[in-house]
Amino acid sequence: MVDTRVQLSGLTLDNPVIPASGTFGYGYEFAELYDINLLGSFSFKGTTREARYGNPLPRIAECPAGMINSVGLQNPGIDAVISQELPRMRKVFHKPVIANISGFSIDEYVECCAKIDQEECVGLIEVNVSCPNVHNGGMSFGVSPESAALVTREVRKVTRKPIYIKLSPNVTDIVSIAVACEKAGADGISLINTLLGMRIDLRTRRPVIANKMGGFSGRAIFPVAVRMVYQVAEAVSIPIMGMGGVSSARDVVEMMLAGATAVQVGAANLVNPYACRDIIEDLPRVMESLGIHSLKEIIGGAHR
Amino acid sequence: MNIREFYTITENRPVARDVFKMRLAGNTAAFSRPGQFLNIALDGLFLRRPISVADYDEKGVWIYYKVVGEGTRRMSAMIPGETLDVLTGLGNGFDVTKSGVHPLVVGGGVGAPPLYRLTRELCGAGKAPHVILGFNTASDLFLVADFQAMGIPVTVATADGSAGVRGFVTDALRENELPYDYVYTCGPEPMLHALYDATNVSGQYSFEARMGCGFGACMGCSCKTKYGYKRICRDGPVLEKEEIVW
Repeated sequence: MVDTRVQLSGLTLDNPVIPASGTFGYGYEFAELYDINLLGSFSFKGTTREARYGNPLPRIAECPAGMINSVGLQNPGIDAVISQELPRMRKVFHKPVIANISGFSIDEYVECCAKIDQEECVGLIEVNVSCPNVHNGGMSFGVSPESAALVTREVRKVTRKPIYIKLSPNVTDIVSIAVACEKAGADGISLINTLLGMRIDLRTRRPVIANKMGGFSGRAIFPVAVRMVYQVAEAVSIPIMGMGGVSSARDVVEMMLAGATAVQVGAANLVNPYACRDIIEDLPRVMESLGIHSLKEIIGGAHR
Repeated sequence: MNIREFYTITENRPVARDVFKMRLAGNTAAFSRPGQFLNIALDGLFLRRPISVADYDEKGVWIYYKVVGEGTRRMSAMIPGETLDVLTGLGNGFDVTKSGVHPLVVGGGVGAPPLYRLTRELCGAGKAPHVILGFNTASDLFLVADFQAMGIPVTVATADGSAGVRGFVTDALRENELPYDYVYTCGPEPMLHALYDATNVSGQYSFEARMGCGFGACMGCSCKTKYGYKRICRDGPVLEKEEIVW
């Protein structure tokens, strides 16, 4: 028997596999397809203070081994999430969930985190300072160590739940930003968000995405994600949730060897709605084939 | 519930200019209504390709697709015996109980296929549908004989007048002075909009969108309606006339 459990800031996860924010809604669509309680946890749709429709269509573009999305944080707003989505979610998911919080100002991050702090079903808060799809929002806080640290310090004051800062790869030095978040009181780091990308339609000679550019995700970005997780793991001592192009149990092992304690799966859910279930079912077999008895033991293994 | 199936191609042939008919054998338990679609994975392409279903039975489905890009070009080269990874039973589909005795069924180009099963079910429910099918030109015509085989009136319109009524489906509608109490339609958005303006009865309109997942997870195809935001893939593709915002 292999042991797939991992410890994440006081939470014991049955396995490290976590659907990434924005690819899993609040879980209901997937709960119709399989028992989502077999997941380690999941990170729900990025939530802001006000309801947002998001960006104009088209929001999606195909890429080799990946996709670009420019949804633009469509969500019903924090109050509706708490009053409507979470009660519905709790009927289908009985483990601590990860709340993904976005914002356009420090005040907005603080208000949303203070409200979600009151929700018992939330085990951990993932603060997104890296959405590439909204102007003046999200990513502008994630592009410098100073502003990322400022968000971290301010949300730290309003919640006792573990705070993970979700970082953007679209920066000069992700390591310095991760270190600044750790010093400011973050309990962990989530990385990477999507890479800013663009496709152009050869017939219309215009960008495919209405908002022109968007976040590139999918298998193609996996090596970039592994590299960044490895670099950040060298520099911080807090846990990392690694993500970016993960689509198999072998990818999960690789991401953990790079330094991730838990591993998020994003775009793969959109192509195969059973992707996370399949990865979790595959994990024990892959572990056995690699001589891994306990997943905990391999975290950061590539650094030795 | 399982919606991911592996279908075997049993037929794949051209039926009109750039339009192919494909029959697929496999489990269809996830389909419950006319107007639903499937989402097809193709080797080497990341996103699936959503294609509406013309009809299904317990053994398989029957689709039409127009070659418009890389995905459909690859599909057109596939041969019987090959298998496809598909997500099945997607979308809300049409509700045949909504219409009166005289539903008007209007299809434009490759918007016609999902109306085939719809029309079959309307006939099965004892209703008397009138079908109008619009195409650009005579060489684009397909499915017309299949609709006619149901023994119902079928009016064809072509933009260049090479077959049937010269003009758009709305021209065919004006010329025919039909009695109708409800509209079911699927086709290009300008056609849907023209029909919306040209008719004063309620109806169900099936929309197209560039989708990410096709099952409601990614918000890639959200549209504004009078009653809030809806995902074309999951809350649609069929919208009620009363909720549409153009």
